[in-house]
Amino acid sequence: MSSAIASGERMLVVDGIDVWLSGREILHDVGFAVEAGEFTGLIGSNGAGKTTLLRVILGLQPPSAGRVLLEGRPLGRRGTAIGYVPQKVLFDPDIPLRTRDLVALGLDGERPGIPLPSRRRRALVEEMLEAVDATDFADARIGNLSGGEQQRVLIAHALIGRPKLLLLDEPLANLDIRSEFEVVELIARVTQEQQISVLISAHDMNPLLPVMDRIVYLAAGRAASGTVGEVVRSDVLSSLYGSHVDVLHVHDRVVVVAGQATDSILTGSDESVRHEPQDFIRVS
Amino acid sequence: MIGQLFEPGFFTNGAVHTALIVGAVVAVISACVGVFTVIRSQAFAGHSLSDLGTTGGSASFLAGASNPLWGFVIAALAGAGLIELLGARRRSDRDLATGIVLGAALGLSALFLYLDTSHSSTTGVSTTILFGSLFVLDPSMIPAAVALTVVALALLAGSYRMLLLSSLSPELAAARGIRVRLIGALYLVALGLAVALASLTIGALLSTALLIGPPATALRLSKQPAVAILAAALIGVLATWLGILLAYDSYNWPPLGHGWPVSFLIVALIFSFYLLTELPTRLLRTLRPNRQPLANAGPEP
Repeated sequence: MSSAIASGERMLVVDGIDVWLSGREILHDVGFAVEAGEFTGLIGSNGAGKTTLLRVILGLQPPSAGRVLLEGRPLGRRGTAIGYVPQKVLFDPDIPLRTRDLVALGLDGERPGIPLPSRRRRALVEEMLEAVDATDFADARIGNLSGGEQQRVLIAHALIGRPKLLLLDEPLANLDIRSEFEVVELIARVTQEQQISVLISAHDMNPLLPVMDRIVYLAAGRAASGTVGEVVRSDVLSSLYGSHVDVLHVHDRVVVVAGQATDSILTGSDESVRHEPQDFIRVS
Repeated sequence: MIGQLFEPGFFTNGAVHTALIVGAVVAVISACVGVFTVIRSQAFAGHSLSDLGTTGGSASFLAGASNPLWGFVIAALAGAGLIELLGARRRSDRDLATGIVLGAALGLSALFLYLDTSHSSTTGVSTTILFGSLFVLDPSMIPAAVALTVVALALLAGSYRMLLLSSLSPELAAARGIRVRLIGALYLVALGLAVALASLTIGALLSTALLIGPPATALRLSKQPAVAILAAALIGVLATWLGILLAYDSYNWPPLGHGWPVSFLIVALIFSFYLLTELPTRLLRTLRPNRQPLANAGPEP
C-alpha cells in the first residue's frame, strides 16, 4: 500500500504515513492516492483515525513517517490550495456574521488587514452562494441556520478560493437523511462543475455510494484503497480488521457486520478497532 | 431646554474636556476589542486582566507614580502573557492556576491599597483605582492614552480577517495556514491595553462593563461584524459622554453639593442600553416560543 508513487495525474498522494499520538499508533503505513477530478470516500468508524489523516494532509499534524504530495510536490505554504470543511463547526446564534460574510472569508481570510468591499468580491461571493443554493439565506445570521444549511455555507467557504482538492471531515454527521442526500448531491455537482478532487470522510459509506469513484477504508489505523468493488469485500476488510467481517448487500445498501469474531473486535486490544453497533448497521 | 441640560461651565471646564476626550477614546477601543471578546467568549479573561490591573495600579502609586496608567498597562500585559502561557495547559490545571493567581493578585492589591492610603493619608487612591478617575485625569495623560489606543487598534485592524476566522473556528483558520496561537496572543495584547485604559477611566472593577456591555448590545442590533464594531463604539461613546454630562449635572441633585460618581452613571447607562435591546428580544421569544426554524431543519433520524 505504501508503493504509491507520485505521478502527474495524481492530485494527492499519501505515502507510508505513520502517526503516533501520546504513545499510541493512530495510523500505520497509510498510503493511497486521489486522482484528479475524482470523488474519494474516506470510510471508517469513529476513532479509526479519519480526522488525524485529514489533519496530516492539511499539514496540521506532522506524521512520524511518510509523506504527502499535492500534485507531485510536498505541501508548501497552505492557503487556498486545499479547501477544508472541518467536523462539527457550530456557530453561536449571537455571532454577528451573515452567510455571505463567512463565504467572503473563504476568499482571503488568511490575509492581514481589513477587507475592502469591491464589485469583484461581491460578484464572486454571489456566484458561490448560487452554486451551493444558499442565496435564500445569504443575509441570515450564520448561527440561525440549520445543520444542513451551515454545511452548505462551509462548503462554499472552502470552495470560493478555487482549491484543487476539497477535504470534508464527516460533513454528514448530525444531518437528517434528506439534508444528508442534498449535501452529497451538492458536493458531487459543484466539484464536478469546478473540476475539484474530493476526499470526504464518513463513518457510513452508504450515502456516498452513488457518487464515490474510489474508497479508502480505514480500520485499526491501516488503510485499504481502490474502487468500492475492490475494497468492500469480506476478505479485504477482514484482513484490515484482523478478524472476520462479513459484507452484506441489502437493497442497494452495504452493511459491514462483524462475523463470529464479534467479541475480538468489540473488545480487541487496539482501541481504534472498537465500534459502536450503529457504525456497522444503519437502519433507515 | 439645552441650557438646562448642559449646566453652566460644562463646555469650558478643563477637567470635563479631558474626561470627554479620554472617555471617548477609551470607549472606542473597549468596544472594538470587546466585540471580539464576546465572539471568543473571553469575558472572563477580560475580567482577570482587570483584577491584575488593580494590583498594578495600586503598586504604581506605591512606586511614586502620579497616575496608575502605566501600572494598569504593565500588569494587564503581564496578565495577557500569563493567560497565553496557561492556554496551552490542561483545562483543570488552567482553572486552578487562574484561581490561585487571581487570588494572590487581589491579596496583593489589598496590601498595596492599604499602604497607599496609610502613606499618603488620602483615601482617594482606592476609589481612583477601583472605580476610576475620569474627572481628575491629568491632561498630560491624553497623548499616552491615545497612543496606546492606536497600538491596540492597529493590532486589531492588522489581524482583522485572521482574528475573525480564528475566533469563529480555530480549525478552519489553521487549515488556511493562519497561525491561530500567534493571532490569539496579539489579540490578548489588545485586550490588555483596552482593559488598562478602561480601568483608568471607569476603574479596574468596572472596566469589564465597558468592554462587554456595548458589544453585547451591538451584537443584538447587527449581524455584520464591521457594523457591530461601529455600533458598539457608538454605544460606548454615547454612554460615556451622557454619563459625564449627568455627573456634571448631578451636583444639583440630592444630596445637594456632592455629585454622583461618573463611573456609576456610565455603567448604569450601558446596562440600560443592553436591557433596551435585550428585553424586546426576550419578550418576542416568550410570546412566540414555537417559531418555525429555517428551512431544512428536519427532525433527527
